[in-house]
Amino acid sequence: MWRETLLHEKQTELNNRSTRAHRDSMDPIAKYISQKISKTRWRPISAALLQQPEVFAAGSWDNENNRVSIWSVGDHGASNTDGEFDEEPQLLCDSLHDGDVMDLQFLDQERLVSASSSGAVTIFKLQPDCQALSLAHVWDRAHGYSCDPAPCTAVVCRSPELVSVGEDGRVVLYKADQTEVVRVIEHADSSTIHAVTFLRTTEVLTVNSIGQLKMWDFRQQSDSPAQILSLTGDRVPLHCVDKHPNQQHIVATGGQDGMLCIWDVRQGNTPFSLIEAHSAEMWEVHFHPSNPNHLFTCSEDGSLLHWETTSGSDMSTLLQRGWNSRVVSHSAVPLPGEDDSVVSAWLAGDSSRNRLEATHMLPSQTLSVNSLDVLEQCLVCGTDGEAVYVHRQLPV
Amino acid sequence: MEEVDEEPSPTLIPSAGFHQRHLGFEWGPGDLLVYETNYRLQGIDLLEGNTEEGRGHEAHLVLCLCSGPRSAGSPFVHIVRRDEDICSPILRKLFNESHLIFVGLQKIREDVPSKNKKSQFVSVSKNYRSVIRACMEELQQNAVSTQDGSLASQYGDQVSILLAIELIWNLCEVLFIDAAPAGSLLLQLLDWVRLHKSDVDTRAREVLQSENPALHRSYWDVVISLVLQGRMDEARQVLSKQASLRPESSSVFKRMDVLLQSMPIFNPTGAQTLTEFDVRWRQWHEECDRCLQDNTFAGNRHLETLVKVLLGDEDTLLEQKELLGTWYHFLVTRLLFTQPTIKPPDLHYYAQSSMNMFLGPRASPEPLDIILLSAFEFDLHQVIKDCSIALNNWWFVAHLTDLLDHCKLLQSHNLHFGSNLREFLVLEYASGLFTHHSLWQLAVDYFDHCPEFGRVYLELQIERVPLDTERKAVKVLRICEDRQMSEQVRSICKIMAKRALRNNRLGSALSWSIRAKDAAFATLISERFLQDYCNRGSFTDLDLLDNLGPAMLLSDRLTFLGKYREFHRLYGENRFSEAARLLLSLMTARIAPRGLWMTLLTDALPLLEQKEVIFSVDQTYELMSCLEELNSGTKASNTTDQDEDIESTKTELLRLALARNLAMAIVKEGTIET
Repeated sequence: MWRETLLHEKQTELNNRSTRAHRDSMDPIAKYISQKISKTRWRPISAALLQQPEVFAAGSWDNENNRVSIWSVGDHGASNTDGEFDEEPQLLCDSLHDGDVMDLQFLDQERLVSASSSGAVTIFKLQPDCQALSLAHVWDRAHGYSCDPAPCTAVVCRSPELVSVGEDGRVVLYKADQTEVVRVIEHADSSTIHAVTFLRTTEVLTVNSIGQLKMWDFRQQSDSPAQILSLTGDRVPLHCVDKHPNQQHIVATGGQDGMLCIWDVRQGNTPFSLIEAHSAEMWEVHFHPSNPNHLFTCSEDGSLLHWETTSGSDMSTLLQRGWNSRVVSHSAVPLPGEDDSVVSAWLAGDSSRNRLEATHMLPSQTLSVNSLDVLEQCLVCGTDGEAVYVHRQLPV
Repeated sequence: MEEVDEEPSPTLIPSAGFHQRHLGFEWGPGDLLVYETNYRLQGIDLLEGNTEEGRGHEAHLVLCLCSGPRSAGSPFVHIVRRDEDICSPILRKLFNESHLIFVGLQKIREDVPSKNKKSQFVSVSKNYRSVIRACMEELQQNAVSTQDGSLASQYGDQVSILLAIELIWNLCEVLFIDAAPAGSLLLQLLDWVRLHKSDVDTRAREVLQSENPALHRSYWDVVISLVLQGRMDEARQVLSKQASLRPESSSVFKRMDVLLQSMPIFNPTGAQTLTEFDVRWRQWHEECDRCLQDNTFAGNRHLETLVKVLLGDEDTLLEQKELLGTWYHFLVTRLLFTQPTIKPPDLHYYAQSSMNMFLGPRASPEPLDIILLSAFEFDLHQVIKDCSIALNNWWFVAHLTDLLDHCKLLQSHNLHFGSNLREFLVLEYASGLFTHHSLWQLAVDYFDHCPEFGRVYLELQIERVPLDTERKAVKVLRICEDRQMSEQVRSICKIMAKRALRNNRLGSALSWSIRAKDAAFATLISERFLQDYCNRGSFTDLDLLDNLGPAMLLSDRLTFLGKYREFHRLYGENRFSEAARLLLSLMTARIAPRGLWMTLLTDALPLLEQKEVIFSVDQTYELMSCLEELNSGTKASNTTDQDEDIESTKTELLRLALARNLAMAIVKEGTIET
């Protein structure tokens, strides 16, 4: 009984703590890491094993010394008496980073590419046991003006190739195992390129600060884009882009006004649908890699949204789960000549048959959610409030 | 401003003042810049760095000048920072987590019934404290695990500061925020003491886990400590070990056990009234007294001490100084056994006397003691004032004052400066955050909740955030735009536009000035575009120029640039008549700057030379009048002969082409009519 009292004392203290975390199973775990987080990325998992991701990388910005750090959320061996604390992310290793971490991408399980505000693109090597992060290669001043360096804003990998873009409006192509730069498109953009994604092996898509999407084909020798798409008359900067994992012509972008656009790049100049998603800059948009009916967006307004598009039949299952969902109407422009047998849910124009549901994934928040990554059932995001949130039971 | 409460302590600035010169300084928010002036010292070796403006701050800094070799003025500017905590990575968590709680607190609506509000405020207060506790735990762990001695002691210092903060906060929570009434007041004070005197638990564990607890040398200390904290059940538990060991005196132990068990504890949720409780408590007290009088425990001095403790005998309690540790523990224990139904207004009398009795007549109380005493006296302003002086950061006072202000406890007090105490302290804290290279974002929300001066502070500070990347600029702009700070928006966009221009990124520069709606700068950049065109014969940044849209109307020159580029596009697409019409309108509507008319007319040449007639008769006349208007204008005096030759050749060529076109157009138009 004596023991019980002691235990009881301790628990009141813990209860005290948990009031602030205030979490049930649907809420993500928060961890404050003493640096504003610009990027979070799951380390890829091997496809053969049916496992959940356990390791993620985080990059910081606006700090005196910025860092790339590797965190683990799985079992840490040291199992406490109370299971909850085990789930908190643990720092495995980290490395100093020159300049703000503008972007992070895993090239493969053991290599991590970072984009820096100093204009450098860096490959870090991560030991298989994740206990050390070392510098493998740096392309100094991959982006720059005649005298000053220019921030590199984004990188994208399709092993072994990687592409970086920057405020200098250049698109640079590298091969991970070659020290020389493979190709530079010098004046790719007159404004800042904010994000880039691979469409096909030789094609990348960039978005810029005057609201344009540009498609680049590296097979072509000319330095002009294969195609330019934009919202006519609108010059709202686009900050992020992601392509549908299975249907390469479907692309989602997010803009400064928080607008989520779904584009069919085959269909010319107008986006297929426009959705008012956030009230401020949308920093990242990601299709779920294995279940692309789900989409995730995060924004400067401090929210992280989970979007699900459903066709009428399985609508009810969704409602039964009792989410606090809000239904957003869907600007439906039926596409003439859409004759694909497999019509993506994102492009199925009939709004009566299709609905888009959005769920808030974070408890109330004030500071910007700068980055998110989603893999299998796990989601990780990082904020300017210096917190990492990990959600390990996504309903996807 | 009131008189200075404390003598300021000198801060030595390494390597400053070697040159026998006066030091100059400049206050910043959080930091102080110190430099050597050209004024020589005249026999003074101590200079007090305090001026009129310096008095407004609580940071008193005395700068010591050291004598040293004489030489030319030192080129260094020293940055003196008072608040080191802001740089601690662990305390950053405190700042970030409490920011969230602060923002949540501001959202508690005015119209919620005050009864519900109180519980909300208490839970906010608990949240703040749990953040402090979490921070303390982490600091403690780091202090233990670090190898670096100085770092360990630094962590140790921070832990002790946080401990004090939490202690004060917790007491304020009990007395002010929860405002516990008689009866529950003592229960809460007991909890407060238990939480902050937790070494009892460690010792109890140590004793109980030893081979023979009853013989452990700390055994009786543990029993008495538990009783002093009013933890009767646990005390009985430990006492039973001894009882089982001594069957001969089991009846005595049994007696003590009954006394401990029967001690009435007030139950604030129960039906019992305070008077009923008081009656029961007095009966119990008399029972204890009887035990003492009939010498029941005379055979065991420990038990006798215990019963004296139960009777609240002051001398016996004071003998337990080491177990009590602090005067406020003594106070609470004393109240527990003498005045369990203490009312809040009576607290201060017992607090003062307990402190005097415990510390003795000659000892001078520490700042912490004074602060706690002020709290027991319900003198909130003194608590806040003393905390501001004693603690090295604004975090605590700003957040506590804000919370107390929400509880409507601070309304009577006005400052001679600024708006009110709450706003003053929150502004100080937020300004400190703003000096940090990374935490400045948190400060924005604090400024937002300072109704009087918050906006001015934010306006002044936000412009000074260094903008390393466009992404950061976008974030700062978002802050400004959300608050309709158009002046700051313009200034930030201009900085970005200028930077882009310096790097020869005309497209980016133009985008930024369009965003700022800065017509003058847009004109300047348009000029650069046109200049580049004249030099190169082709436009750069077509992706931008072709998509200007309505933004083109920002400035005349930009409109011209956009339209002129449109002319080139039409021409390139072989839409000659549209191109011709546009070109002509650029001149007749006076959109084109005069200096470029010759270029425009030259652009018309190939259209005039087409096989097909493109310019109509009327249009040709208009072109001719443009050309003549251009030539009749005053010629620049400094043009060389060669230039003039080229110009006149061009004019001649144009005239010829125009005349030929006119002829063709007359013929063509005449032909169609017939």
